[in-house]
Amino acid sequence: MDGLDFDVAHLFAGGLVLVSFMMLYQDRLYALLNIFALHAIVLAFSVGWQAYIQDAPQLYITAAIAIVFKGIIIPVALHRIIQRLGIHREIETVIGIGPTMVLGIGFVALSLAVMLRVTAEADRLAREDVALALSVVLLGLLMMVTRRNAVSQVVGFMSTENGLILAATGAKGMPFVVEMSVAFSVLVAFVVIGVFLFRIRERFDTVDAQALDRFRRTRE
Amino acid sequence: MSAFPLDLLGLDALNAILVIPAAAAAVLALVPGYRLGARLNVLAALLTLAASLLLLSPDRPEPGRYLFVDDLNVVFIILTTFIGFTTSVFSATYIAHELKIGRLTPQYLRFYHAMYQVLMFSMNLALAANNIGLMWVAIELATLTTILMVGIYRTHEAVEAAWKYFILASVGIALALFGTILIYLAAQPAMGGGVDAMVWTLLIDQVARFDPALLNTAFIFLLLGYGTKVGLAPLHAWLPDAHAEGPTPISAVLSGLLLNVALYAVLRFKMLLAANAGALAPGPLMVTMGLVSLLFAAFMLYRRRDIKRMFAYSSIEHMGIITFAFGMGGPLANFAGLLHMTMHSLTKSAIFYSVGHIAQIKGTQKIADIRGLTETHPVLGWGLVLAVFAIAGMPPFGIFMSEFLIVSSTFAREPLLVIPLLVGLLVAFGALLLRLGNVAFGEPLGSTKPAEASYVPLYAHLALVLGAGLYLPPMLVSWFQHVAGLLG
Repeated sequence: MDGLDFDVAHLFAGGLVLVSFMMLYQDRLYALLNIFALHAIVLAFSVGWQAYIQDAPQLYITAAIAIVFKGIIIPVALHRIIQRLGIHREIETVIGIGPTMVLGIGFVALSLAVMLRVTAEADRLAREDVALALSVVLLGLLMMVTRRNAVSQVVGFMSTENGLILAATGAKGMPFVVEMSVAFSVLVAFVVIGVFLFRIRERFDTVDAQALDRFRRTRE
Repeated sequence: MSAFPLDLLGLDALNAILVIPAAAAAVLALVPGYRLGARLNVLAALLTLAASLLLLSPDRPEPGRYLFVDDLNVVFIILTTFIGFTTSVFSATYIAHELKIGRLTPQYLRFYHAMYQVLMFSMNLALAANNIGLMWVAIELATLTTILMVGIYRTHEAVEAAWKYFILASVGIALALFGTILIYLAAQPAMGGGVDAMVWTLLIDQVARFDPALLNTAFIFLLLGYGTKVGLAPLHAWLPDAHAEGPTPISAVLSGLLLNVALYAVLRFKMLLAANAGALAPGPLMVTMGLVSLLFAAFMLYRRRDIKRMFAYSSIEHMGIITFAFGMGGPLANFAGLLHMTMHSLTKSAIFYSVGHIAQIKGTQKIADIRGLTETHPVLGWGLVLAVFAIAGMPPFGIFMSEFLIVSSTFAREPLLVIPLLVGLLVAFGALLLRLGNVAFGEPLGSTKPAEASYVPLYAHLALVLGAGLYLPPMLVSWFQHVAGLLG
């Protein structure tokens, strides 16, 4: 494996961590969706590069799913859901943006410190990919727990998932990567449909109140 | 026991436990009409149970790259299919009532029955998987179906519970997948890449050559990830809501089965670690998480106002005890853990059967609004009393025996750990009996309309738990002892 393979792989993986940070400081839902689309596209490039250097053509499918499904369909669908349901467009956070960023930096430092140490014997390329992937996973989880909006929690989940796909593609020859990305997409699709069907407004405080009353009455 | 009808279809028992629920799910999604749907659901569960019993036959197929049967997962599979069957019987009467009062519409029922079978399929797949990637996919599928089922009533609370479950469960499945990838990375240098490096039976042969540091890290992720699904504190927060707001048959399956499936995944990885001399001992981690869950849940039991929520906390408590027992390890503690797991599954699902009917009669799940059940509904009320006695660990029920074994084996090896263990057990015991007193005895409160209940699943489970407490067949004992030996 020559230097260029390595450097480009790092460029994309590092870029994904950077875009994860960009998602952490967004305070508008639409902007968040745009950044998420960027996240998916960076992931697609990273996966595509891995497919090329590992000579693993099936990974191009995963890259295509990342671009088409997560880069285009899901952001557009969520955009429309926000419009249709009249969801607030500001993101409400549990803790402030500043402390969240500091926590995020802590997570990245932690994952690099832990993963680089324990993967000393593993494949060189996989090793640093996995360390960066864990950062993306942890940043996604951080976003899920520090946001109150259902939509931004879904976005956090999807960025976590992008981190996992990055880790899985970095592990050379790992089976099921394509199946996994499909399984995740199905899960996300279900959840997004669920958000729509259940009419989850921001933390459900305005769930269709009439329907609720109807249920209450029939239960008495 | 003949496999004749299955042979005709070109299926062996192992495939049958997957094909039957999958096919049933497809059919049930299309079948209109509640009666037919409910009957087909019971029939499919019964057929799956029959197929799983065929797995007991001594001539097992060679472990494949994706599926396999060994002495450990047979125990889990039979327990799963058995409770899947009895719950489907309970579900038929329960759902009929929900339909009558209009809480569920016929379209939702079709969805419900299909999802029930998908859940059975995914649990069987997770248990029979010989591939750690496939196991993860199966557990993810089971999670997805239960999330959808928990939200099926679409009330404010149900949607909130389903959402909370989704958020926490996806944290769990993300961590578990990361752990799985790390196991693959650890296996890669020793085994080369490809599917083989994810096949459990091959991994366990080679694991001694893996890098211990990477294995340790992987196990931490797996324990936290699957531990979320087991409901271990501090990652249990989804569990009480999911149990309280979903349909009661799903609470029974969640508590009785899905928690076990997640625990099974943890056990498989624990066995991997145990086979590598340089890796950390997984026992102390599991013991700590188990004890924390037990103590936390035991104290939380006192403050519950919702009857289903209370028994959900009791599930956290018991999963804590089981994790503790497996964490202690050794033949006796593992034996006790297996027995406790079996007894807890049977008893807890029996409790949910009775609680489901009680909540339907009274139209509420608030403990304060339910009183004097033994007077108004003696069969149901006494069933609940017996089941709560059993779950609280009173002799002569089976849980008393398994708890006794856990305590005594702990006493022999780590006497100090007995103190928190006993405190947890006694606190939980007190809380359960206190609440039971209010619910079962005293001046009747609330509706006294007759119950439309199926008592057979409830009393069948209680009879098994009582029977196991009085007399364990030597065959079962030697089998569990053998499995306990495997667990190391």
